[in-house]
Amino acid sequence: MPDPLLDSLIELIRRTSAELPDDVNAALVRSLESEKKGTIAESALKIIERNIELAKRKSQPICQDTGSVVFYVQCPVGYDQIQFEETAREAVKQATKRGFLRQNSVDSITGRNDGTNLGPGAPAIHFHQHRFPQLEVCLILKGGGCENVGAQYSLPAEKLEANRDLDGCRRVILDAVLQAQGKGCGPGILGVCIGGDRATGYEFSKQQFLRFLGDRNPDPVLDALEQDILKTANELGIGPMGFGGRTTLLGVKICAANRVPASYFVSVSYMCWAFRRQGVVMGPDSSIQRWLY
Amino acid sequence: MIPLNYPFTEEQIRALQVGDEVGITGVVFTGRDAVHKYLHEGGSLPTGVQLRGGIIYHCGPVVLMDAAGQWQVTAAGPTTSIREEPYQAQIIRDFGIRGVIGKGGMGDKTSAACREYGCVYLHAIGGAAQVLAECVRKVRGVYMLEEFGSPEAIWELEVENFPAVVTMDSHGKSLHREVFAASQSALAERIASKAGARHP
Repeated sequence: MPDPLLDSLIELIRRTSAELPDDVNAALVRSLESEKKGTIAESALKIIERNIELAKRKSQPICQDTGSVVFYVQCPVGYDQIQFEETAREAVKQATKRGFLRQNSVDSITGRNDGTNLGPGAPAIHFHQHRFPQLEVCLILKGGGCENVGAQYSLPAEKLEANRDLDGCRRVILDAVLQAQGKGCGPGILGVCIGGDRATGYEFSKQQFLRFLGDRNPDPVLDALEQDILKTANELGIGPMGFGGRTTLLGVKICAANRVPASYFVSVSYMCWAFRRQGVVMGPDSSIQRWLY
Repeated sequence: MIPLNYPFTEEQIRALQVGDEVGITGVVFTGRDAVHKYLHEGGSLPTGVQLRGGIIYHCGPVVLMDAAGQWQVTAAGPTTSIREEPYQAQIIRDFGIRGVIGKGGMGDKTSAACREYGCVYLHAIGGAAQVLAECVRKVRGVYMLEEFGSPEAIWELEVENFPAVVTMDSHGKSLHREVFAASQSALAERIASKAGARHP
């Protein structure tokens, strides 16, 4: 029996894995223009450009680490989330068979990889209701290299002389950039949450990746911090792949969440240049009406 | 671009310097977390895996079997190498490896082993899975697929003109160490100047 939701989700996975969104692509083109000619940083970015073009043309993964599969679903009130989850799991399984996703999910206790990409917590699906009739589904594929360099700081952080204020936040965020060099494939994008608890801090930091790279934070304090971190990080000379160079970050997105008085977390998620996120708005028949990025 | 052709001799490897861009042609074996831990714990190499004078590639490719029963690599970029730092020096020594391909660089233990035994660290472009898969001419074999699963298995790949940058050479030099030190002091200046501006 044909299942239009299944088809739409497989197409969402395919496109997310094989095609970089326009905003990220444009930022990479700008970074290539700004690197010094004849450097290995420039060569690295040229290979990246060629890779993006090739992946799109061949409809194959931009990066072999197709990452953890994270869905963000905005659904109307009364929507059947159980049915969605079952269909999403089937879509992941079929996308894996077709090579849009690597066999990338391992049983943490036995070490077994059954090749389906399904298991506890895989894929991750976050549901939110909204008061609109349509279904919106965003997808992030987040590779392990950049996930491993994420960091959560608890302030005060004495070694970094980071106190519980914006200067302290700035210090730890820039420390995360320094420590991530080379390991998360740069130039990267930061998603940051100031506050929250250990779980929501990371959760909200990752949701920042759903923002457009070129947008501006409506909160002037956070906007200033975003611009400052971006500028400062790009003055450090870390460069693409950590080879040295002018582009260390393509973007910085920061949000804040309330905290309890005893806790002050700054959670930093790092996304590599292979910034795989897409989204779709679906029609009443679950066909794709519009791409979001 | 400097051609680096299999078999890789010590002389060829010793001639390379940090910053050199190379094009690798010949046989490479993939090996990542599970393989390094296994070898470190005394596991023996499966028959057919020839690491001596060869290159190990930190990579978990996407590989599909085509209609003719042939393995086809469809994505094959490097994985982060630093996770193998506890094991790499020993494996360079025991198996006579001449090159390690990966990303992100490695630490002082590996750098010392490169110097002592004549090996280099070759940095491939992370995330460039398609460009690098195009350099794979043929999958010659796969080992330990059942035990470790596809990304962690040992894939024997024939590559042609595979692009990489020497970031750790056999003379003790490491680009990663240099960039880290320079960026750390650049950051210290910028932290200090900002704090100074706030509390003059």
